[in-house]
This record gives sequence, C-alpha cells and structure tokens, in this order.
Amino acid sequence: MTWRRAIALAACAALLVGAPPFLPPYALTLLTQILIYAIFAMSLDLLLGYTGLASLGHAAYFGIAAYVVAIMTTQHQASFWACLGAALLAACAAAAVFGLVAIRATGVYFLMITLALGMVTWGLAFRWVSLTMGDNGISGIARPSLSSGLSFARPLPFHYLSLVAFLIAFGLLSLIVRSPFGLSLQGIRETERRMRALGYDVWLHKYVAFILSGAFAGLAGAMWAYYDGFVSPVEIHLVTSVETLLMVALGGPGTLVGPVLGAGVIVLFKNLLSIYTKRWLLILGLVYIGVIVLAPKGIVGAVRGAR
Amino acid sequence: MEFWLTQAFNGISYGAMLFLLGSGLSLVFGVMRIVNLAHGSYFLLGGYVGLTTVSRTKSFPLALLSGALSVALIGLGMERLFLRRLSRQSLPQVLMTMGFALVFQDLGLLVWGGDPYTLAVPAFLAQSVQAGPVFVQFYRLFIIAVAFAVGIVLWVFLERTRAGASIRATVDDAEMAQGVGINVPLVSAGVFALGAFLAALGGVVGAGFIGVYPGLDFEVLPYAFVVVIVGGLGSLPGVVVGSLLVGLLDNFGKALFPELSYFTLFAPMALILALKPTGLFGKR
Amino acid sequence: MSAVAALAVTRLCKSFGGLRALQQIDLSLAPGERHAIIGPNGAGKTTLFNLIAGELAPTAGRIALFGQDVTRLPPQRRAALGLARTFQVNTLFPSLTVTENLLLAVQGTLPTKLRLHRPISSYRDLYDRARAVLESVGLVGAGEVIVRTLSHGEQRQLEVALALASRPRLLLLDEPTAGLSLAESQRLTGLLKGLDRSMSLLVIEHDMDVVFDVAERITVLHDGKVIADGDRDEVRANPLVAEIYLGTG
Repeated sequence: MTWRRAIALAACAALLVGAPPFLPPYALTLLTQILIYAIFAMSLDLLLGYTGLASLGHAAYFGIAAYVVAIMTTQHQASFWACLGAALLAACAAAAVFGLVAIRATGVYFLMITLALGMVTWGLAFRWVSLTMGDNGISGIARPSLSSGLSFARPLPFHYLSLVAFLIAFGLLSLIVRSPFGLSLQGIRETERRMRALGYDVWLHKYVAFILSGAFAGLAGAMWAYYDGFVSPVEIHLVTSVETLLMVALGGPGTLVGPVLGAGVIVLFKNLLSIYTKRWLLILGLVYIGVIVLAPKGIVGAVRGAR
Repeated sequence: MEFWLTQAFNGISYGAMLFLLGSGLSLVFGVMRIVNLAHGSYFLLGGYVGLTTVSRTKSFPLALLSGALSVALIGLGMERLFLRRLSRQSLPQVLMTMGFALVFQDLGLLVWGGDPYTLAVPAFLAQSVQAGPVFVQFYRLFIIAVAFAVGIVLWVFLERTRAGASIRATVDDAEMAQGVGINVPLVSAGVFALGAFLAALGGVVGAGFIGVYPGLDFEVLPYAFVVVIVGGLGSLPGVVVGSLLVGLLDNFGKALFPELSYFTLFAPMALILALKPTGLFGKR
Repeated sequence: MSAVAALAVTRLCKSFGGLRALQQIDLSLAPGERHAIIGPNGAGKTTLFNLIAGELAPTAGRIALFGQDVTRLPPQRRAALGLARTFQVNTLFPSLTVTENLLLAVQGTLPTKLRLHRPISSYRDLYDRARAVLESVGLVGAGEVIVRTLSHGEQRQLEVALALASRPRLLLLDEPTAGLSLAESQRLTGLLKGLDRSMSLLVIEHDMDVVFDVAERITVLHDGKVIADGDRDEVRANPLVAEIYLGTG
C-alpha cells in the first residue's frame, strides 16, 4: 500500500516535472491554473475537511494576497520576494482578524459569518477605487524575475515556479495534517466536546488552523496575480469562495489529493466547456447539483467506497 | 437639509424593496437553517417574468402576481425535489443552492438575453412632485406602500393564524415543533415557497425602479444577507429594522463615503454577527 | 494522609431557567478515594459531573481540584490539572482509528499537541502509551479499526480508555457499565478496582453490584440534593435511601 502510494506519487511528480516542455501552450496554461487552484483548494480543505469548518469567505485571503501583489508590482515595482512576503503577511493578518470574529460561531452560523466577512472584503475591493481601481481591476502585473536574472515571464518557467509553490504547499500541508496538531484538528472535526474534556483548547486550535489556511490561500492568490496579470473584485467574490468549496467537495474533503483532483476537474471543465458551448454556466450549475446528489463524499470517497 | 431629506426618502424606499427581498430569506433561514444562495435569483426571475407579462398584457398588477407566483412554484420544486433530502446538512445545501443560482442565471440569459430592461410602470406611478425641498417620485411611495402592506399581512399571518403559529414554533425549535405534532416538512415547503414568492414580488417591484439585467441576482444577494443578518435570522421585526437600516446606510454611505460605501454596509453587519451571532432581534 | 482533597465541592447550585437542578451540594474526595454517586434518573448526577468538568457554569458555589479553585476555569484547564472524565453516551471520534483516538487522549495534556512540524508517527512514546492503555482495557489488536465499526461494548471500553490515557489524578466515570454484558461489566469492574491508588475515582452508576464492589463511599442524590453520604453500610442502612432508591430497584 505505502509502496504503491510512493510509486504513484513519484510517477505524478515525474510527470509534472517532465511533461510541461512537451505540452502545447494552451494545455500548459491550464496546467498552471490547476496547480494554483489546487493550492487554494487544499488550503480550504485544511479548514473544511480536517477541522470541520465550512468557510464561505475563503476567497478573501486569496484576493487580498492577489491585490497586494498587484498594487506592489504595478505601483512600486517591488521585487518578487517583497511581494510574496507582503502578500502572505496580509493574508495571515486578515485571517487573524477575521478568525477572531468567526471562530466563536459554529455550524450554519460559521457559514453566515464567513460569508459576511467575505462580503466586507469584496465590498472594499469593489468600492475603494483609489486603491483597487474598483470594478475595472488592476492590470499589467508583470511576471516576476529574480535579482539573479532568472525571469519567469515566459509560460514554461512560470509553470515551474507554480509547480514549486504547489509542491511546497502540498509538502507543508501533508506534514501539518499528519502532525500531532493535524490529528488534533481531526479530533475537533469529530467531537469538540471530547476534545475539551481531554485538555484541548479548541478555540486556539481552530484559530491557528484558520490562519494557516489563510496563509496558503494567500500563496495561491499571489501566484494567481502573477499568472493572470490582472486582479479584480471577482477574485474575492462569493462565487469564487463557493467554487473552491465545490472543488474540495467534488474531490473529497479530508484528503489532500481530493482538492487537487477537484481543482483539476473544475478548471478543465470551465475552460474546455466554455470553448464548446455558451451554456457552460448552466452546466456548471448542474455539476454542483450533480455532485451533491451523486457523489456526496467526492471522487476520493467514491473510489474508496468502490474498493 | 434638502440633501438629508432626499437621501432619507430614497433610503427608506430602497429599504422597502429590501424588506420584500429579505423577509423571505429570513423566514427560510429561520425555519430550515438554509443559507440560500439562490435567493437573489428569485428576485431576478420575478423581475423577468413581470417584464414579459407587462409587455404581453400591459397589466402591472398581473405582472406582480405572475412573477411572484411562478417563482414561488420554482421554489417549491427546489425544496421538495432537492433540498429536502439534505435536511440540516448546511454545506451540501449551500452548494446545491449555488448550483441552482448558476442554472437560473444562465436560463435568464438564455431567455431574456443580456440587455438591461426597465419595467414600464403605470402612468400614474411614473409621476413625481416637488414636496417642499424633496423631489418625491410616486413609484418610490408605491414601493413603500407595497412593503407596508406585505409587512402587515405577514405579521397578521404569523401572529394570528394557525399556520403562522406553526411557522413560529418551527423557527423557535424545529424538533420540538415536530414533537408537538406540527408537520415540519409541510411548513418547510410552504415557507420556502413563500420566501421565493416575496423575493420575486420584490423583483417585479424592483424592475420598475432599479431595472432587471444579468448579474442583478448576485448584486442583490449580499443586500438580502445583510438585512437578514443585521435584523436577526428568522425575525420579522428584525427584517423591518434591518432593511430600513441597510437602505439608509447604503444611501448615505454611497453619498457621503463613496469609496467605503460597501464597507459602511458590511462592517456593521460583521460587527453585529461577532457580538450577537443571531442578529439584533434573533433568538437562539 | 492529610493531603489536600482531590475534589472539594462547596454549596454548589445550578438552575436552568426556573428549574433548580442542583441545590447546595457538598462533596469531597480524599486522594485515592473510590466514591460513587447514586440516585434516580433526573436526580442531577450528570449535571454535577458537567459542573465539575467545567462544561457548565454553576449558579452558585465553588469547586476546587487538588486545592485549587477551578470554579471559573474552562474544561481544558481542568483537564490539564489532572481531571479526566467519561460520558454517559459514548463521545468518541467515530471516523478515526482506535489508536488515533488514544493518541488524541494521550497528547491532550502534553505540549506535543501543538507541534506541527513533525509527523505524529515519529513520536514513539505517544504510541507506546496508547498501546499500553489499549492493553489495559483489553482492546488489544483493535488499534487499526475505525471506531465507528466497533461494537457497543468495545466503544464503551474505549470511552474509559480515553479517560485513562492522560493518566489523570481524578477520574469521573458516568455510568461506565451502561449497555455492557455481564461479562464485559465484570471485566471493567476488575479494571477499575485494579487502578493505581494515586488516582481518585468518582463514579455515577446504576448497577448496585458495581457500586458496592468498587466504591468505599457513596453519595445519594435525589431531586438535586444530597440525601445521604457515607460508607457502604451506612448508605445501605439508611431508611430514606432504601425508600427512595434501593427499594424501587
């Protein structure tokens, strides 16, 4: 089992590293997009799948990081490391503040309060025109280059940069969910009451998970700003938050492979479908309904169930 | 002075439309604890159906009726066929309603196209007069009157009828209500249809005022949530206060601090939620 | 031994709305004492546990653990002082394995629980302690089983095992033998009797055989009040107790 797993992981890694130079340009951009959304979906899964907290405002941290990169790049020509550091810090800070407000609530009230906090952030991006350019968004974000002269402007180097970000996120998150702290989060997901009786400060664990999750969402948001070269309030919108929830639910919450698969399916689906039909939104809506009706435990859950 | 009176009047009339939108969402949340992301779609679809009815029949009252009733049927179908099986599973419910919101958005685009429309209101409502310093549009008065009438009817229905008592009992404690013999599934279906009805009514009224266009659904959805969250989940007086507060905050916010206007709207909501998760008038 | 009491409950009251669930309860446990609380359903036994464990806040009165006032402390802080409890209804982590359940219990009072830079599998000492607890309750070999699939009796044993895993100084057991077969119940009684005397024991139990077998002191609760308190023979001989409780059983 573990051997097979290791071989599968190695094969995936080899494919991810070796295949890109041979891919057609469009396929390469899609793959880059998938990697970035996979980071985003995994970050949400730390909350949803491991801690049992369904956030309806997770796009806030993604969006805040993306805006930080956009503003620092276009107005201050800041370096890659400065942008990345500031973006992660901003996402963490936002999660730290929002977490104080949200963590007290449970169940459907947690959904409502994170929805509200997401709306606050979206409202700022939409209306604070002097900072964010409002609905027009900020365009012209240049791809990063390092002081050593290494440039990520072209699609292939940028893809590898995204791959590094993805592998770092995947590695760190794998470590976190397998750590004592990660097990504690799963205990909280299962039975908060027992966790308190066993000596756990449930609030503190949730709060730390909330901030960590915001940080990884921020990493995804920063990469997205560089990838797309354009940031607008759409990045923070409720629809984006819910779409990420769909990725996790579709792939299989409580696993890290699940959100990656979910991100892959949804990104491919949206992009390819919009080529072939104008009615892709309708079909995406049906996918939402279909996932809930047909695969309530996601792809990973369905595969495990079939075994 | 003129500025304050005009903004206050505009705020109250906008709040009246928000009351129609928010009261249904609040009832649905109170009874079923569902975060319904398709609620803005009911508003949009109501507006579209009303638009078509007016263009075919030239009758505004018929537009109100057909818009609200047809969307109530859609809501009923959604509840009976899809949401019922997800009772109390909040995340699947949210994703399900999001799916419907996308489907409705695209169907709206398919049937009515991408152009914005304004519903032609009866001539006597299209007038306006200068009352002292304030420029009074009759249609805004009409919206306030409709909201007032709906509010009274809802209040009488909830407080003075047997069905209303069942709804209130279910809002307080669904399990207990089931225990004392209230048919909770029936109440849920009825309230869901009623919620869609009210939102669609708001949509028809709003179509003569802010118009109807693709994207309106997700534009009004945040407002509906703010109204409900500020006022309290499942409380009718809460929705009245919430919608007036939001209508006024939104108008004054846009006029005074245009850059922060959504913030002035959403920040109080987040604060209220943080301090009192059930809203100003909500009960646990 | 004149050491401070493991548990000292003083004039404890709890009301829910107008309903007075507990009135002026006094209760103390010497270190190492085996103490049972009996009483009919609705007497307030579980409410008392929830107050001692910190899940509920008392309306009035004071609770001290090992000489320290804990009346205002949240449950996790009381656990850190050496309190552990079981629940009347199994309160486990159903989709985790038995070993994972025990690891959670073992690390609950250790600083390890906040570490996130090393996989838990590298903490061999946690696993060793989990295995030891597993053996002591007789669930050997069940380590990799998902808890949801265990039988009720096995889940009940795990319920007790989770409380033992943190090596508490005071253990609260809420009807530990509920739903167990006679053999299972006897096994558990044997386990409880064999527990180290460094641990104090407070048990809510309906099975009088278990009560008289395990406890040396018994407190009788009725309608939220203590109506009798003494050793086995005193309680047995108390006519009020016989009328209200033993007589009906």
